[in-house]
Amino acid sequence: MPKKSGRDGGARRAKSRSGELRTVGHNVARAEGVEKVTGAARYIDDLVFDDMLYGATLRSTVPAGRIVAVEKDPQFDWTGFVFVDHRDITAPGRNAVAMITEDQPFLAVDRVRHQAEPIWLVAHADRARLAAGLARITVRYEKEKAQLDFETATEVLKEIAIKRGDLDAAFARADVVVEGTYRTGAQEQLYIETNGVIAQPGAGDHADGITVHGSMQCPYYVVRALRVLLGLPEAKVRVVQTTTGGGFGGKEEYPSVLAGHAALLARKAGKPVKMVYERHEDLIATTKRHPSIITHRTAMKKDGTILGIDIDLRLDGGAYVTLSPVVLSRAAIHATGPYRADAVRIRGRVMMTHTPPNGAFRGFGAPQSQFAAEVHMDRIAAELGIEPIALRRKNLFNTGDVTATGQKLHDSVAAHEVLDRALARHAIATKAAAKARGKTAAKGAVKGAVKGATKNGAAANGAPLRGTGLALFFHGSGFTGGGEVKLASKAGIALTKDGVQLLVGSTEIGQGTRTMHAQIVAESLGIPYDMIDTADPDTARVPDSGPTVASRTCMVVGRILQRAAEKLRAQLGDYDDGKSFKKRARKLLEARGTVEVIEEYERPGDIVWNDTTYEGDAYGAYAWGANIADIEIDPISYQARCTHFTAVIDIGKAIHPILAEGQIEGGTLQGIGWALYEDVVMRDGKMHNASLTNYIIPTTLDTPPITVEIVEHPYKNGPFGAKGVGECPIDGPAAAIVNAIRAATGKRLDAVPATPERIMKALV
Amino acid sequence: MATDLIPLGDPSLRQKVRLELVVNEERRDLVIDGYKSLLELLREELQLTGTKHGCELGECGACAVLLDGQLVLSCLVAAVECDGRSVQTVEGMQNGPTLHPLQSCFADAGAAQCGYCTPGFLLAAKELLERKPDATRAEIAEALSGQLCRCTGYLQIFEAVEAAAAQLRGGR
Ligand code: FES
Ligand code: FES
Repeated sequence: MPKKSGRDGGARRAKSRSGELRTVGHNVARAEGVEKVTGAARYIDDLVFDDMLYGATLRSTVPAGRIVAVEKDPQFDWTGFVFVDHRDITAPGRNAVAMITEDQPFLAVDRVRHQAEPIWLVAHADRARLAAGLARITVRYEKEKAQLDFETATEVLKEIAIKRGDLDAAFARADVVVEGTYRTGAQEQLYIETNGVIAQPGAGDHADGITVHGSMQCPYYVVRALRVLLGLPEAKVRVVQTTTGGGFGGKEEYPSVLAGHAALLARKAGKPVKMVYERHEDLIATTKRHPSIITHRTAMKKDGTILGIDIDLRLDGGAYVTLSPVVLSRAAIHATGPYRADAVRIRGRVMMTHTPPNGAFRGFGAPQSQFAAEVHMDRIAAELGIEPIALRRKNLFNTGDVTATGQKLHDSVAAHEVLDRALARHAIATKAAAKARGKTAAKGAVKGAVKGATKNGAAANGAPLRGTGLALFFHGSGFTGGGEVKLASKAGIALTKDGVQLLVGSTEIGQGTRTMHAQIVAESLGIPYDMIDTADPDTARVPDSGPTVASRTCMVVGRILQRAAEKLRAQLGDYDDGKSFKKRARKLLEARGTVEVIEEYERPGDIVWNDTTYEGDAYGAYAWGANIADIEIDPISYQARCTHFTAVIDIGKAIHPILAEGQIEGGTLQGIGWALYEDVVMRDGKMHNASLTNYIIPTTLDTPPITVEIVEHPYKNGPFGAKGVGECPIDGPAAAIVNAIRAATGKRLDAVPATPERIMKALV
Repeated sequence: MATDLIPLGDPSLRQKVRLELVVNEERRDLVIDGYKSLLELLREELQLTGTKHGCELGECGACAVLLDGQLVLSCLVAAVECDGRSVQTVEGMQNGPTLHPLQSCFADAGAAQCGYCTPGFLLAAKELLERKPDATRAEIAEALSGQLCRCTGYLQIFEAVEAAAAQLRGGR
């Protein structure tokens, strides 16, 4: 039931093209809205099972070494404890976390390859006893040499190459070659709910099966990991996602590890076992955004035309492969930024280091590679003496242009549009701010700043240094290349006597999956939104809709649901409202017992991809973004602060405008955090600042006013034109901020986070 | 790594303590382990799991509740200190089936995405609006600065608090 919202969602959006949609495009009441504001929503640590034990993990305290012995304090009373080590994993099970490869063990066998690597698992009914016991188990190691710095590392976990056109010829023709090297640091997802699961022996009728409840993004990834670990058929593994307190990629692959650990303990104990990480453990042990070093060499014509782009990109993979190959592939495909060039060469590598494995984080490599691309754009502009906006306009993708992988952009290209809108919105905001300050808007200040290289206003008077920076970016929606075909995701709709129930394996992690899917189905069936119910994300009930990652849940899974709705509609015959729908539904149910339509992903006919040569249509569609950051730097503390931020994002269609804006605002602030505050400090291969007092994420006081505008440039194969929204917003803020710092100071940073130490180093 | 935070050798901490307090306007009479925090008391003894935790070190704000009307981080308050006092949690915000204006505004404005930080924000905002019914955006930001949210970017939370403040001032 469409509900009036108290905010100016409509005013903030460009005019909707979609005419008289009744549910889609409206701010309907969120499916789980009430339970989340009353405290009724049950997260994993809110659940208690009968006779439940608590589990904990004994972890390595060296980055590389041979395990000589694990010893329990003989003085301690070990009554009631359960222990698991690698010998408890028996054939046909395998001690391997099933991900892209099987190189990572659930429990170390004789060596450890990173700090905090799991060695033993321990369980007890009393948490205080458990903690006391864990502290009384010691591991003796023979230390080995650890490679901790990925820039000097030589072992490659994955390498890919993208080639297009004649690069040598492009560089031979160039008037100017511009080179730059850019670095980004690790970032912690920092979901406020830490990782946690409860494993129970048995699944349905199978006493020898396993059931896991937990906080996660991808229940079917966990099913697969448990099957490999325990050697069980799919029917004996049941995974239920509980209300999840944020993910951001951090609950994409890691829950497979944790679920495996809890399952091993539960099977050994014959009892349910809960494992919920403390914050410190979550920070030192789980995946982070890959640090990167990226070098650009660009062949330029004097007039600002890009002739050729040559990029070398390296990511710090950590000790195991996890999802690094696909992070690398997304990083590489987005590495040029939204610009065309006839000749492109991109070499991407993931380096192995003796540090905890890095993994999925919102943006999935694209924030790193587009940070480099956009800071480099400003460098090119400065070296050629061209205005940065003009330089970008000259090279920005238009419909019909071809990307690095040779993908011809047929439709839904909004690169210019988002830039125009961002400049317009920024100009308005700047005027308003100036007016609010009671000053007259300094004419040309806006443009001058975005132009870059405003003079270093040496702060003799102690006034802050101010600057404005721009970043343009794009983000492919859905799995890369042939990924969606391989996934063959399923989703469906079951008829009930009161309406329909959605059968979807996609998870609600705060982004509004359930609401948005229900809107798509309500609209497609032509029935009220409140007649749509969604089945719990329980693998015993819902089909595998693929993982809830890669900005695919709306565009890809939403589209499958839309097709299922259309089929169901055809089966029902004519009805004209919710009431007559119910009548027909009941009749059909009487005749057939159950009515379910399950649809599978269908590759749009015009999408072609070659996974060996990395050529073709990397993504069905791209979201487009433009960011403008206004910053100031305190001349004494060198702390940079964002004073205003403009984010214009094209997402095809906002199914639920408030939820979409929430994704953009949240992603933008996470990007601002990465740019300015979030610094993972590693010592001896371990996160040294593993607490919220010294790993700083933005608070309310660090949040600038953010002007958000949604552009709706529809994609023909998305539901009602929708593309992905979750990740695109985090691709731009870091570059916009670093470009603003350069505008303010005249000095290059070329790296994030732009901590006061880094800024001071650049300035003095 | 878990350390031996609770010296189990010290029997006083293992001692059971008797407590009488008011939680969400209901008298409670309890016997609990002496080392427990108010957070543990609420979640484990009273099954009031609406109060969350994200650090148990006073860093995230997820566990915020009102103790005699004051905002406190329940992970930092020893349960024994609450004897004879009054606690309000998110479960006590509703008036029967009717949501508190802050609750309905949070739901409508998108201020609760994953919802995990929400109970803490609601109580921090409630404490503010009781003190300052016409709080400005800057005052709202200041009052909520001890609460971390990773999903929303805070703006929809500000809007929700402003909308609720307007409703409360309007006497609804
Ligand atoms: S749990 Fe984080 S402040 Fe209390
Ligand atoms: S809504 Fe998820 S942390 Fe605030």
